[in-house]
Amino acid sequence: MRKISVLDRILLLATALLSAYQIAVGIEGLASLTVTSYTIAFGVLLVASLIMIILGFEAIESPLVVFIAALIPLSLSLGLISQYFPPYQAGYMAFAVLGFLAIVLTRYLTSGKTATVTLALVHGTAGFLIFILPIVLSLQGETRPGFILVGVGGGLIGIGGILFAFLRAGQPILSEKTIFAVLPALLLIMTGSFMTGLALA
Amino acid sequence: MMIGSIGQQVRRRFRVYWKLIKSLQTGLLLLTGLAGYMSARCPVITWQTLLALTGSLFLAISGSTVLNMVYDRDIDAQMKRTCNRPLPLGQVSVVEALLLGATLSILGIGWAFTLSPLYGCVVFAGFFFDIVIYTIWLKRRTAWSIVWGGIAGGMPILAGRVLGFGQFDWIGLLLSLAVLLWIPTHIMTYNLRHKGDYKRSGIPTFASIYGDKLTHLAIALSSVVASIAMGLAAYGIGMTWGYLRILAVLSAGLLFLAVASVVRPSERLNFGLFKFASIYMLSSMLLVLIETM
Repeated sequence: MRKISVLDRILLLATALLSAYQIAVGIEGLASLTVTSYTIAFGVLLVASLIMIILGFEAIESPLVVFIAALIPLSLSLGLISQYFPPYQAGYMAFAVLGFLAIVLTRYLTSGKTATVTLALVHGTAGFLIFILPIVLSLQGETRPGFILVGVGGGLIGIGGILFAFLRAGQPILSEKTIFAVLPALLLIMTGSFMTGLALA
Repeated sequence: MMIGSIGQQVRRRFRVYWKLIKSLQTGLLLLTGLAGYMSARCPVITWQTLLALTGSLFLAISGSTVLNMVYDRDIDAQMKRTCNRPLPLGQVSVVEALLLGATLSILGIGWAFTLSPLYGCVVFAGFFFDIVIYTIWLKRRTAWSIVWGGIAGGMPILAGRVLGFGQFDWIGLLLSLAVLLWIPTHIMTYNLRHKGDYKRSGIPTFASIYGDKLTHLAIALSSVVASIAMGLAAYGIGMTWGYLRILAVLSAGLLFLAVASVVRPSERLNFGLFKFASIYMLSSMLLVLIETM
């Protein structure tokens, strides 16, 4: 596995600081469910960045990473739904909670295939919403054009997810070394996109 | 030529003394003291008071650290982790280190008493708990000495709070309790990591007396209670919701690692918890400082 470099650590620290800023300042004044959802999403990014700075990329090998990684798109998409489509927030929250439980349970109780399909369905739905909602809302004029950046962040998280999924499945699109080389920069750009997009909405 | 050589000697001496005061540990404890003071939100904060608080705490903490190293020099010589410290290496004599430690301590505690008798008493209590109760009396006898080490570690933040607020209050005690309970997470993960070293030098630790499993559990429990105490104190200070959210996220990270190390203990995870606990305390103190500035 690629050893974490000083530059990687600097990029991850920048990701952690951006996430902390977003949690403290960037989501002030929103409804409580929206704030809670965004806090979980950026909180996971903050803690994950710090853990990677400390333990290096080996931290990603933990089996818990699958669950933690799923928390980011699920909570971020819940935040978006509760902020822009409040009538659907209860239904989507049920989907997010049940989906997360399904990911955890299928990973421990069923065969690998069921767990992978469940993960792809839940993770994919949340990722798709993060990608498409900001674009649609911006094009419809419901939000300012800068909100599209949240969709860009969603796209980046999707690319990262696909790269990791194929790597774990033994059919890597890019080599493991390349994926870890771009991961810190990808996380920073993604966090920056979410943050800027939400600020410009 | 002569002046240059004297300058070099002074620099060398300073480097040795710097190692004796454990600059990182002293720095973190000093930061807790500053956070404690700022948390009182004094209507008027003068640079003279801040300078005096920083100076007196720095001297008192550094002094007790040096005296601790003098007393524990035999243990340090036996442990891989500490055998390169200035005293076991003979870079500084016992008498010189003793004089340095005593001078720093007397100056620090004396300065503290001139600022406020109550503040001076708390600084002295920290020194007394660290040197007399923890280092001399209990460290080599019982694994529970860590509690007294924790109480000593919680004194700088209480001292800062007392100086700013003028008296003891529940927030100061909670802040102190949070540091006290954070210390087992910090020290016990260290004990686990260097178990062989501690065993060789005959120092009783939780891991050697009660086993790894119970130690991991104690670490997890102390992390939970430390996070609660820190959260309540931060709320009591009047920290804004934004900063409270960051504190909650960092507490969740600490708890996640503590619970993971109970469920799937490993040396790497233990190291991660040790480092994260330091980041947690540093961040908590910075949040208090930023919030109250």
